[in-house]
Amino acid sequence: MILLETIAEPVAATGMFTWAWTMIAVPAVVAGLLLLAGKLSDAWGHLLATAAVAWSFAIAVCLFAEQLLAPATERAVAAPLYTWFSVGEWSFQVGLLVDQLSILFAMLITGVGGLIHVYSIGYMSHDPRRRRFFAYLNLFIAAMLVLVLADNYLILFVGWEGVGLASYLLISFWQHKPSAAAAGTKAFVMNRVGDLGMLMAISTMLAMFGSSKFTEVNAAAAETAPLWATLIGLFLLLGACGKSAQVPLQAWLLDAMEGPTPVSALIHAATMVTAGVYLVVRSHALFEAAPTAQMAVVIVATVTLLAGAWIGTSQDDIKKVLAGSTMSQIGYMMLAAGIGPAGYAFAIFHLLTHGFFKANMFLGAGSVMHGMNDDVDMRHYGALSKAMKVTFLTFAMGYLAIIGFPFFSGYFSKDHIIEAAFAHNTFIGVCALIGAGITAFYMTRLMLMTFFGEKRWLPGVHPHESPKVMTIPLIVLAILSVGAGIVMNFWIQTWLEPALGTHAHELSLVPTPVGWATMAVVALGVVAGWLVFGRGSIPATAPATNNPITLAGRNVLFGDQVNDFLFVSPATALASGVDTTDARGIDTALDNSGRAFAGLSTQMRRLQTGYARSYALTMVFGALVVGAVLILTQLG
Amino acid sequence: MAMMNPENYLILAALLFAIGAVGVLTRRNALVAFMCVELMLNACNLALVAGSHIHGVLDGQVGAFFVMVVAASEVVVGLAIIVMIYRTRRSTSVDDANLLKL
Repeated sequence: MILLETIAEPVAATGMFTWAWTMIAVPAVVAGLLLLAGKLSDAWGHLLATAAVAWSFAIAVCLFAEQLLAPATERAVAAPLYTWFSVGEWSFQVGLLVDQLSILFAMLITGVGGLIHVYSIGYMSHDPRRRRFFAYLNLFIAAMLVLVLADNYLILFVGWEGVGLASYLLISFWQHKPSAAAAGTKAFVMNRVGDLGMLMAISTMLAMFGSSKFTEVNAAAAETAPLWATLIGLFLLLGACGKSAQVPLQAWLLDAMEGPTPVSALIHAATMVTAGVYLVVRSHALFEAAPTAQMAVVIVATVTLLAGAWIGTSQDDIKKVLAGSTMSQIGYMMLAAGIGPAGYAFAIFHLLTHGFFKANMFLGAGSVMHGMNDDVDMRHYGALSKAMKVTFLTFAMGYLAIIGFPFFSGYFSKDHIIEAAFAHNTFIGVCALIGAGITAFYMTRLMLMTFFGEKRWLPGVHPHESPKVMTIPLIVLAILSVGAGIVMNFWIQTWLEPALGTHAHELSLVPTPVGWATMAVVALGVVAGWLVFGRGSIPATAPATNNPITLAGRNVLFGDQVNDFLFVSPATALASGVDTTDARGIDTALDNSGRAFAGLSTQMRRLQTGYARSYALTMVFGALVVGAVLILTQLG
Repeated sequence: MAMMNPENYLILAALLFAIGAVGVLTRRNALVAFMCVELMLNACNLALVAGSHIHGVLDGQVGAFFVMVVAASEVVVGLAIIVMIYRTRRSTSVDDANLLKL
C-alpha cells in the first residue's frame, strides 16, 4: 500500500523520551498513595494529585517541544519498557509509542485534566470524600495515558479497561444516590459489550498477524484478506461504539451525567469518550484495507451525530443537553475518521478543539450549578448573565466555538469535516450539515434558557459567581476555545501526516461554498432557537406535548426502552427460566431421588431381624449360590 | 483288605455337613446349634482327608489339622459367649439374643 510507505518507523527513545513513562507512573502512584493513606492525606491530597497531573503535563510539553525540534521522520519515538509476559511463542512487550498523534492526546489529557483538577479543588471543596475523588481522577489520567501511549493493542486494552474502571468509580462517586450507583453500573455493563468487541479484535489480530503492535498490525493489514480486515475493523468499531457512546451503545452517556460535573467534563466530554476516535484513527491502515468497515464507521457516525443533536434539543437538564451534544460531536469525529485519509487529521483536530470547548462548557455548567444549589433544570435558570459574569462570558466562548462562529475553534474543525463529508458522499454531507444546524439550535436554546430571559429561580436560590479557583480554569479553556482552531488549522495536517499517512489539503481562510452553506445553516439554527426560546416566557415545567419528535428527544430516543426490550427482558426471562428449571426440575429430581433411596433403605432395614438363624440361612443360601456358580463354570 | 471306594467318604462328609447345616438353621438351643457347627467342621475335615487320600498328597491332611486348631479356639470363645448370655438372660435360646437389629 502506497500510503504506508509515507509512515516513518519510530526511532529509539533518547533524552527526555526515557522519562515518558513517568507521565503514567506519577499519577498512578499518587492515586494509590491517596487511596492507601486514607484520612491522613485529606488536608493535602488534592494538591498532590494536581501536582502529579502538572508533572505529566510538563513532561508531555517537553516531549512535544523535542518533537517539534526534531526532523519530521524522527518524531515518532518508541520507548520499550519491559516484557510483560511470554507464553509459548508469544511474547508481549510493554512499550510506549510517543508519536505525533499520541503526544497531542497526552497534552490534551494532562492539560485539560490539570485544569479540571484545579477546578475540582473548588467544586468539591465541601465534599467530605474529596481526597478519594482526586485519587480516582489521577487513576483516570494514568489509565488514559496508558491508552494513548501504548504501542500495541494489548497495552491499549489495559488502559481501555482502566479508564472504564475510573469512569465507573467516578460516575457513581455519590454512591448514596441510587440513581448514581445505577448509572455507574449501566455505564460499566454497556462498556463491557464494547470491550468484548475489543477483545475479539485483539484475539483475531494475534491469530492472523501474530502481533498486536500498531506498526506490525497496520503493516500486515494491507496484505491480509479483506475479510479478516473487515472483521477486525467491525470488532474495533464495536469497541469504539461502547467507549465513545455511539449508536447502538449510546444509552449510558446521558445517565453518566450523575457523576460530579468535573468528571463529566474530563471523562465524558474531553478525553475518555473520544478514545473510540483515537482507536479508529490509530488503526487507519486496517480500516483502509476494509472499505466495508469504513462504511460502517461512517453510517454509525452519521446516525449518532443526528441522534445526539436530536436528544440535545429536548432535554431540560443542562448536563444532559451537553451530553447529547458530546455524542453528536463525537459522531462528527467518527465520521471524519471513517472517511479515510482525507479525514484523519480533521477528526483529531475536532477532537482537540472539542476537548477544549466542551470541557469549558461542562465546567461552566458546573459553575452555574454551584451557584444554583446543584439544580440542573434549565427551566429554573434564566437571567444568569448578570449574576455570573465570568461563567457567562467563558460559556459564551464555548457556545460560539461549538456552533462554528467564524474564526472560533469549532468553525475550523467542524467545517473541514463537513467539507470532507461532502467530498465523500453528498447524502452524508447533507446529514452533517443538518447536524450543524441542529447544534446551533440546541446550543442557542441552552444559552437563552440559562443566561437570558427572566428569572425563574426557585425560592431561596441566590446565584453567585464561583471562586477564582473555578473561574481561572474556565478562562484558560475559553481562550483555548477561541484560539485553538486558528493556531492549529494550517499546522495539524502536516504534523500528523507522517504518523497517519494523510495527504495535506490546501486550506484557506476564505470559505468554500460548503463553508458558506454551513454558516447559513448555523445562522438559521441560531435564529430558529431565538424565535422559539428567546422571545416568550419559558414555562417552569416542560409543557405536555404529543409531538413525536419532542417526545422521542425527551426520552433519549427510547434507547433504554429498546435495550430493555431487546436485551434486558429476554435476559431476565432467560434467568427466571433457568431459575424455574433449577427449582422445579433439577431440585425436584434430586429431592425425589433422595426420597426414593430413603424409602428403599427403610424397606431394606427390615432384613435385619436380629435372629441368628435367619442370618445363617442367608449365609447358607449365599454359599449354595457360590458353590453352584463354581460348579457350573467348571462344567462349562 | 479290599479298598473301600474313597468316594463313599465324600458322600458321608456331605451328609454330615447337611445334617449340621439343617441343625444350625432349625435348633434354637445355642449349645445344640454350636454342636451342629462342630459337626459341619468335622464333615469338612473328613472331606479334606478323603480328598487328600484320593489325590495322594498331604495338603488336605495339613488343612484338616488347621481346621481342628481353629475349631478348638472357636469352641473356647463360643462357649464363653454362650455361658455369658446364659448368665445374663437365663436362657440359651438363640432367638432370645435378638437385640442386634434396628
